[in-house]
Amino acid sequence: MEERKVILDIHNFSIAFEQYENGFKKTSLPTIRELDVTIHEGEMVAVVGSSGSGKSLLAHGILGIQPYNATLGGEIIYDGEILTEERKAALRGNEIVLVPQSVAFLDPLMKIGPQIRKGKKDKASKEKLDGIFKGFHLKEEVQDLYPFEMSGGMNRRVLVSTAMMGNPRLVIADEPTPGLHMDMVRRVMAHFREMADNGAGVLLITHDLEQALEVADRVVVFYAGTTVEDADVKDFEKEENLRHPYSKALWRALPQNGFQFIDGTQPYVKDLPEGCPFGPRCKECTAECKKRIAYREVRGGRVRCIHAV
Amino acid sequence: MRHHLLFIGKNLIRMILLLFGVSVAAFILVSVSPIDPLQANVGQAALGSMSVEQIEKLQDYWGVGQPPLQRFLAWASDFFRGDMGISLLYRQPVLEVIKVKLANSLWLMCIAWVISGVVGFVLGIISGLKKDTWIDKLIKGYSLLIASTPAFWLALVLLMVFAVWLKVLPIGLSVPIGMEASGVTIGDKIQHAILPALTLSITGISNITLHTREKMIDIMESDYVLFARARGESTWSIVKNHGLRNVILPALTLQFGSISEIFGGSVLVEQIFSYPGLGQAAVTAGTGSDVPLLLGITVISAAIVFGGNLIANVLYGIVDPRIRRGGKRS
Ligand SMILES: Nc1ncnc2c1ncn2[C@@H]1O[C@H](COP(=O)(O)OP(=O)(O)O)[C@@H](O)[C@H]1O
Ligand SMILES: [Mg+2]
Repeated sequence: MEERKVILDIHNFSIAFEQYENGFKKTSLPTIRELDVTIHEGEMVAVVGSSGSGKSLLAHGILGIQPYNATLGGEIIYDGEILTEERKAALRGNEIVLVPQSVAFLDPLMKIGPQIRKGKKDKASKEKLDGIFKGFHLKEEVQDLYPFEMSGGMNRRVLVSTAMMGNPRLVIADEPTPGLHMDMVRRVMAHFREMADNGAGVLLITHDLEQALEVADRVVVFYAGTTVEDADVKDFEKEENLRHPYSKALWRALPQNGFQFIDGTQPYVKDLPEGCPFGPRCKECTAECKKRIAYREVRGGRVRCIHAV
Repeated sequence: MRHHLLFIGKNLIRMILLLFGVSVAAFILVSVSPIDPLQANVGQAALGSMSVEQIEKLQDYWGVGQPPLQRFLAWASDFFRGDMGISLLYRQPVLEVIKVKLANSLWLMCIAWVISGVVGFVLGIISGLKKDTWIDKLIKGYSLLIASTPAFWLALVLLMVFAVWLKVLPIGLSVPIGMEASGVTIGDKIQHAILPALTLSITGISNITLHTREKMIDIMESDYVLFARARGESTWSIVKNHGLRNVILPALTLQFGSISEIFGGSVLVEQIFSYPGLGQAAVTAGTGSDVPLLLGITVISAAIVFGGNLIANVLYGIVDPRIRRGGKRS
């Protein structure tokens, strides 16, 4: 693989919520604790984690639209420079775009056309949108519809269109295909693949490993607030190629590998064990695993497990 | 088209049932009222000096001794023929009395309705947008304070401040005392309406403000506003594109629904300011056993309040594309 420029480098990233317990005691809930993701230009990286694990939070954190009681930690480097809140505000919607999960993220009372143009009526915006719609085979009349009037097939294309209004260099797709048929999934994913092939970095956020393997270049496995493994999609062809016990467990749970699930559930933020969050469910867990685990390179990927070789 | 006719038909039937219901209720209330119309309107002393025939004549006039059902049916059948009867107290057709009183009240209520609607809407939006800042706390605090203040108390405070201490506004009535009707200027009318209208507005504002604030907060926390922010829209752009658009719908419903509250409030306020409006006439009719007038006012008021709610519903259908265009598609 030729060396391509890193567009997004997230290092030791965390998001914690300030909460008042019993009305007085201030506590901090670290929903995301140690997250590392690197995306190159033209690359599609999938972050795979279960529901409620903080994936949307990650997307919002990168865009600077996290809830007000959230505190961010760690470091995000975008295009070679630290991504400060000011830079996020300047870049979001233009260079860094979000493709949401469903049309529920569209204003129900605003027509599609004006909404995608953010209310702008100038000629350039109109022409740009017309061009995008042509490319997606969306009729011009669709611009005059309200979100509730669109069909399922239009929804996806319209949501992707919103991302194209800027000049995206980083696309964040937050579960863009919930409950869709694999057929439809492939068609939606093709849009993202195309954006990646045009040079943008794509961060695909999903709870569906199968989908991720279908389209992404690399998969980052997210467990209880930490990224436990960063692997090439090819590594998922064989269990031995994977590095972390949780990734291997995910692999065994795939339909083609026999749907074998492991016992237990992901711990809630408040009940996190010391050290490796996967420890209590892991066969290889030793006393050493109770310490802070470093993220390290193993066989061309990265892993947060002391036993990985 | 068919579902429009159905909508109108349904509402007409509801309105007729409602008007029937409130007139029956009002009638039962005066029928069981312990007030003796003769004693109340003629007076104990005068009655004592009257002959039996005179008293019988008066009893006949005030409907004493007639079976209530018969009285009600007589009133209802006249009403359906468009005759609302003669007011016993004013000795004028009920319709005439209502016209004059309603004109006075309407003017008061319209001012209060517009002011409370506009000010409440604006304050609610600001408060909702600036949630938890000092300005929100100020607006919310004010609204909660006013919402828990009885209207009559507020009216008395305003009366004391502006009419008694500062002496800048008249104490009561709708025109200067003792002035010929022809000499009354529009300026006089406005001056006399300020305090009662102000009282009504101030009490009306808090409700609209609190509701608009809640709605605005919901909107600003919605997924579509989050996405708009993700797309780089500024706060102002979000308010312009999404906030106003989404808050105006519930505000409209609230505004037309608030007619009933303004109406209810006006009864009290008119009483305190001796403002000769419909509310005051209703109180006079009720305490004076003027059954035709009371029933007339009840029916008209119910019709206006019902009309307000109906307009709210109809407007909702016109303004909300999900109903307007959704109905067309199905
Ligand atoms: N404002 C907030 N205050 C406290 N906790 C929050 C807040 N917003 C989100 N969370 C927590 O963050 C967690 C992650 O949510 P989310 O990012 O939506 O998960 P995912 O997208 O992976 O399903 C949730 O479990 C929720 O409890
Ligand atoms: Mg999510």
